[in-house]
Amino acid sequence: MSRNDLQGSLDLLVLKTLSQMGELHGYGVVLHIQRASDELLSVEEGSLYPALHRMEQSGWIRSEWKVTETNREARYYRLTGAGHKELLKAEKSFERLVKGIRAVLRYA
Amino acid sequence: MSILCRIVNSFHRSKVEQEIDRELKSHLEMRIADNVAAGMSAAEARRDALIRFGNRSLIREAVTAADAQLTFDELWHEVRYAVRQLRRSPTFTTTALITLIVGIGTNVIVFSVLNALLLRPLDVPEPTGLYNVVHQTLGYDNQSYPDFVDFQTKNSTFTDMAAYRLQDAGLTAGNAAYKCWYYRVSGNYFDMLGVQPEYGRVFHATDERGPNSAPYIVLSHGLWVSDFDSDPRIIGTTVHINKHPFTVIGIAPSGFHGTDVFIWPDFWMPMVDSPDDEGAGFLSNRAMHNIWILGKLKPGVSPPQAAENLNTIARELARQYPATDDDLSARLVKPGLMGDMFGDPARSFLGGIMVLALLVLLAACANLASLFAARTADRSRELAIRLAIGSSRWHVLRQLLAEAVLISLLGGVLGTIFSAALLGSLTRWQPFPEFPIHVALSPDATVYFVALLLSVGSGILWGLVPMRQVWTTDSMQIMKSSAAGTMVFRRFALRDLLLFIQITLCTLLVTSSFVALRGMQRSLRAPLGFQPQSVVLAQTDLHMGGYSDNSSTRIQNRMLQEVSGIPSVTAVGIINETPLGTGGSSTRVYRLGTTDFRSSNSAFGAKYFSISPGYLKAAGTHLLTGRDFTWYDDANTPKVAIINDSFARAMFGKTSALGLRFVMADKVSYEIVGVVENGKYDSLTESPWAAMFFPLGQNPDSDTSLVVRSQLSPGEIVPELRQVLTEIDPSLPFTFHSWPDALAFVLFPARVATATLGVMGFLAAMLAVTGVFGIAMYSVSKRIKEFGIRVALGAQPVQLMRSALSRPLTLLLCGSAAGLLLGAIASKLLAQIVYQATSRDPLVFGAVIATMAILGLLATWIPAHRVLRTQPAGLLREE
Repeated sequence: MSRNDLQGSLDLLVLKTLSQMGELHGYGVVLHIQRASDELLSVEEGSLYPALHRMEQSGWIRSEWKVTETNREARYYRLTGAGHKELLKAEKSFERLVKGIRAVLRYA
Repeated sequence: MSILCRIVNSFHRSKVEQEIDRELKSHLEMRIADNVAAGMSAAEARRDALIRFGNRSLIREAVTAADAQLTFDELWHEVRYAVRQLRRSPTFTTTALITLIVGIGTNVIVFSVLNALLLRPLDVPEPTGLYNVVHQTLGYDNQSYPDFVDFQTKNSTFTDMAAYRLQDAGLTAGNAAYKCWYYRVSGNYFDMLGVQPEYGRVFHATDERGPNSAPYIVLSHGLWVSDFDSDPRIIGTTVHINKHPFTVIGIAPSGFHGTDVFIWPDFWMPMVDSPDDEGAGFLSNRAMHNIWILGKLKPGVSPPQAAENLNTIARELARQYPATDDDLSARLVKPGLMGDMFGDPARSFLGGIMVLALLVLLAACANLASLFAARTADRSRELAIRLAIGSSRWHVLRQLLAEAVLISLLGGVLGTIFSAALLGSLTRWQPFPEFPIHVALSPDATVYFVALLLSVGSGILWGLVPMRQVWTTDSMQIMKSSAAGTMVFRRFALRDLLLFIQITLCTLLVTSSFVALRGMQRSLRAPLGFQPQSVVLAQTDLHMGGYSDNSSTRIQNRMLQEVSGIPSVTAVGIINETPLGTGGSSTRVYRLGTTDFRSSNSAFGAKYFSISPGYLKAAGTHLLTGRDFTWYDDANTPKVAIINDSFARAMFGKTSALGLRFVMADKVSYEIVGVVENGKYDSLTESPWAAMFFPLGQNPDSDTSLVVRSQLSPGEIVPELRQVLTEIDPSLPFTFHSWPDALAFVLFPARVATATLGVMGFLAAMLAVTGVFGIAMYSVSKRIKEFGIRVALGAQPVQLMRSALSRPLTLLLCGSAAGLLLGAIASKLLAQIVYQATSRDPLVFGAVIATMAILGLLATWIPAHRVLRTQPAGLLREE
């Protein structure tokens, strides 16, 4: 169950975002999640960076300094092969979690 | 932008952190830009961005924690902080360092000795799977050569098995004669060990073709360098050993010194060859147990399996040769301690000393723990502030631990350096110049690893003591109250306990060293059965001059005549092996009338010696009744013996033994012509033995110890002796020493034990003094204001002293009592090493109590003075 906690879902969101968008900086990840979830989910900006760093240490994502279209310096993240695998795993386990919760709710 | 700047500034730590900071900054800037674009004012935009971002230092910590590289940076940061903290309090640091150098250094030294003697594998190219095969009965480590051959050929569990024995001989090369120690080894010895010669060749199993078929020797590297000038041309030349020619065929490699850890022989010789006429008989005699067996296990065979295999063979041999092999059995032991001769004493002694060394380190840790706890209490304000501004308790604790481990490591390094130097000089030390004993003690990887382990372990041990203090720190409470004073005495219980432990350990060690010292003193005064003072011994083996046992008597007689002609010599005699020397044999004696000479029918076992007329007078052995031998007691007259008092009482009770007879296993009966006082023959700790003396004229022996009593000092008489003896036969190598010096061998274990315990006791005493001093000083300094007020209110000095010092002194009393009790128990163990070690000695008790009292006085003198000098006015003004 420990992999299915909130941290796990933040990882899932970040990985999914990066797999859809290709290459993105941290701020972009926050914006994308907000937009894609119709403003339902807002990522706590403070907890995003520890998560990004952890994932980079685990080899799921790679980072690179680039200049944004508004001519600012930003660190861009992209998914690695291991990241893709991890994303599949995270999606599966999230689906199981949702199924489980739904089953419990129905029963109640 | 000040907040942003502050964030930026706080991140100046490492490249990685700067990267993180750059990223967070770029994030904030993008958010601000978007906010502005959405219509906020610049100030609002920044505020919103920062609020969304949340607690900045938390993010920083969290990102840092996610970064593996930064964890090391963190550690480095902590180490640097610890160094600053330690530099700020040099007194504490120095005290701690010295304590640790002493504590860890002691352990490194003791462990190095233990490692060199007991743990390190044999110093041969292929040490794995090597075991000595000894008897199951403890102390019977020698085997007979025919049994060895049977074990070697019939076993199925060893790849090979070699035999060796240690002997001494006179080596003559050119005009020089040396006394040498050498190994006689089976032909496969070098091949089994995988030893390749440095020059020439070694001998092999194929060289052995019956007795005296391989007159070869392989020189040790050491002898080759010292006596043959490292000249490889020595190979192929002939040298004489006990006047028999041998060819030098090779030089052993420099590191190789045979198969005992502390013996460095001069050369190796095939076992089938013999440098004297009597020496080869053992090759076919199952009753002569004089070789050690070294076996190399087949891969995958366990020692118990191999032992079982050999015991099956032993049972077969017992059936086949019941007369000699009835009790044959096999046991596998770690090789290198002369069979297992030194195994048990070395293990128990070194084990005991190792425990004591660890106790010293434990006392040192207790000392440091109480110091550190006091220091932490003094720093409670700083710690409280750090907790209040958001440092985690774990972080604070880690910081304290870093200080402790850092200083322990530093102490460990310095301690190891000192010990390595000391071990270097111990390695060069040769306590017995006449024996090839030498122990390579230099520390190896194992020792360094243990030193590291001890350093880190002790650091954690005393660094964790303030843990409870940190955990229970209430930062509000501490910051409100003016000083740490309130919490000092709450923490006192733990420090009390530490001090108690320390004093107990100290008293234990002090008691042990006094017990050993007294035992030593007594053993030096114990009646030995001879008077070693002002006697010089000149020792040789006449075999080295090519004499046989039977032709020895004549030259011995001549030596006595010549030596007694030296004016300052008052008495001179010859004995084959001096009592309390390294040799000496015992045999069974039977009552007159015995016909069945089975060992179970014997009266008892007795030590026996061969002596010349005049020996008793020269040695100072009192003749109780009867007469000394004369040169007329020879092969043509009836066999006679002189016995000691124990012998007489055991065989004849109260009747006078003079003129009575006893029999030995050779069925010859001996008439008793004299009775002498009892003595010590093997060791100082032995209970009285029966002993008998035979005349050299009837019991010739080539082993010769001239016992020369003279008015001159050994230094003056030895040159004269040497000249006289060289004139008789220049080829005979003699060793000279005063008899008290020669006794060093038997006294050695007790001496070492006493010295070691003395040093440990001294170290422990020092630790106790600093411990009591520290705690007394600390409590006085914390309460000095209270004392000032009390003096102002009219308190008497005695009252102040009582309240200041009663606690340390009570601890000192309780700890001493507990330590004395433990010491009494420990001295029972000590009695096995040190002769007559007993704690039931009023002198020991008195000395321990006096020592502890002096220590207490020393440790509380300065704190007491400080109490008495309390100036109330000055103190109150200070506030």
